[in-house]
Amino acid sequence: MPPFLRALCRWAFLILVAWPICLVVLGMNVRHRNRLPRQGPAIVTPNHNSHLDTLAMLTLFPWRQIPKVRPVAAADYFLKTGLLGWFSLNFVGIIPIARKRGADQADPLAECYAALARGEILIIFPEGTRGEPERMQELKSGVAVLASKFPLVPVVPIFMHGLGRAMPRGAFVPVPFFVDVYVGQAMQWGQDSAGGDKKTFMASLATNMRILGEKHERPEFD
Amino acid sequence: MAEAWAGPVEKGANAIRQGIEALPTPVFPQAVGYTFLGCYILLAVVTLTIALLRRRNPARGFNEIRLRVRSFWFIVILATLALGFARWFSIVCIAFISFVAFKEYLSLIPTRRADHRVLFWAYMAIPVQYLLAGSGWYGLFIIFIPVFWFLALPMRMVLIGETRGFLRAVGLLQFGLMTCVFSLSHMAYLLALPEAGNPQGGGVALLFYLVFLTQFNDVAQYVAGKLIGRRKVTPSVHPGKTAEGLLGGVAVTVALALLLAPWLTPLSLYDALGAGLLIGFGGFLGDIIITAIKRDLGVSEGDSLTVGHGGILGRVDSLTFTAPAFFHFVYFLHY
Repeated sequence: MPPFLRALCRWAFLILVAWPICLVVLGMNVRHRNRLPRQGPAIVTPNHNSHLDTLAMLTLFPWRQIPKVRPVAAADYFLKTGLLGWFSLNFVGIIPIARKRGADQADPLAECYAALARGEILIIFPEGTRGEPERMQELKSGVAVLASKFPLVPVVPIFMHGLGRAMPRGAFVPVPFFVDVYVGQAMQWGQDSAGGDKKTFMASLATNMRILGEKHERPEFD
Repeated sequence: MAEAWAGPVEKGANAIRQGIEALPTPVFPQAVGYTFLGCYILLAVVTLTIALLRRRNPARGFNEIRLRVRSFWFIVILATLALGFARWFSIVCIAFISFVAFKEYLSLIPTRRADHRVLFWAYMAIPVQYLLAGSGWYGLFIIFIPVFWFLALPMRMVLIGETRGFLRAVGLLQFGLMTCVFSLSHMAYLLALPEAGNPQGGGVALLFYLVFLTQFNDVAQYVAGKLIGRRKVTPSVHPGKTAEGLLGGVAVTVALALLLAPWLTPLSLYDALGAGLLIGFGGFLGDIIITAIKRDLGVSEGDSLTVGHGGILGRVDSLTFTAPAFFHFVYFLHY
């Protein structure tokens, strides 16, 4: 698909799916929107509770940037069937990555490097899976790998609440809830890795995301 | 000097009159049109006054009151569009207000993950209730949520089978549906009332009378409280409310109710007195009830939780009480 056609598909997805669901059916309540990266290359790392998370993330960016905003998603789930794969790649604009690395495979993040080199904005859910709704899980270290390769690229932690209530794993119809989004301060490899340690970087990313979430008074949900 | 102006002024007035006559007839009756015009003039006067006060006294920003005036500009413009286009469109607009209020309520209360589908059912009551209101099917409109959905929600919930927190979950849901959907839908039913019941402009005029007085009552109580408020009337719920503010506000509301009644409603003088008292005290009660709920849930007024989406529950709190109260008052007397 030529690039301009793909951009049109992505705008169609934004205007016909993401905006109506997130802005009319749900309703977004964004704190510190100004902390979002204005342009790529950049990485934003929200927590993951629901399929709607990706839609919600897309609505945070100005429509003009959408063709350059790329959600990173699990290849084993989204490329399972041909139609879902075609839709995910062209309309949602995902970068598929393999969650399990086979012995013969190349670096699973290769496409992410290329995207950052092109100046795109990556959406990476560092939890790697939706898991239990509204519960944070341990973070996977892929973000640290990317940050170490691109030390100048800002990594923006984001905490979202409400989407797991609206459409938890296993549900197929969203139920409207207001969604709270907290945008954190951008992190950088040089400052937050304590001299190039991936574990330290991931620990501070996890702490930053947790602190964002703790500010928010949440009604119980279980 | 005065004579030099007489010609152009008359010319201008003529042009304006011709312009108004040339306008397509709006959906709402003339009386409502004039009252809307009154709203715009009132807002313009208030906005100008604030601008003048600010120029004279730049140290004081008047920020709170400026924000309030600005939101009233939005409300009046939106109300004009909602009422002036078509009857069905007005009903869709009120249904949307119900939807956003119910959504905000659900976002504030604790919910159970198991109830995902029950919540979906609860939302489904909104289109049905407003369809019933719009079609004027009174018998079903008045029992659909209090009887049918009152039974359907616990039924759906018990079939899921989670008993932990059952009573709390079903009770919270029923209250939200009654407040945000059933109560507010009375505004929509006003539009479906037969025209003959109100020769002054049908249901639109009644709806306008209700909403205008309720909003005005909020402002009047606030202003009266600021000017002469001393004795706290509900110290544990809302420390800002004073007896003087309440009574002063109600007095102004009653006066306005009497003044507007012959224009917009079929109400007699004594009926209008009753409507004014009902809206004055009812608005106060609706306000403090929503405040009590927010305090119970640990949400303070003007909390960051309502930043961005403006806090619709806080906007319609008085109407959740005055809409059904006023509706049944008028319905009993004239329909």
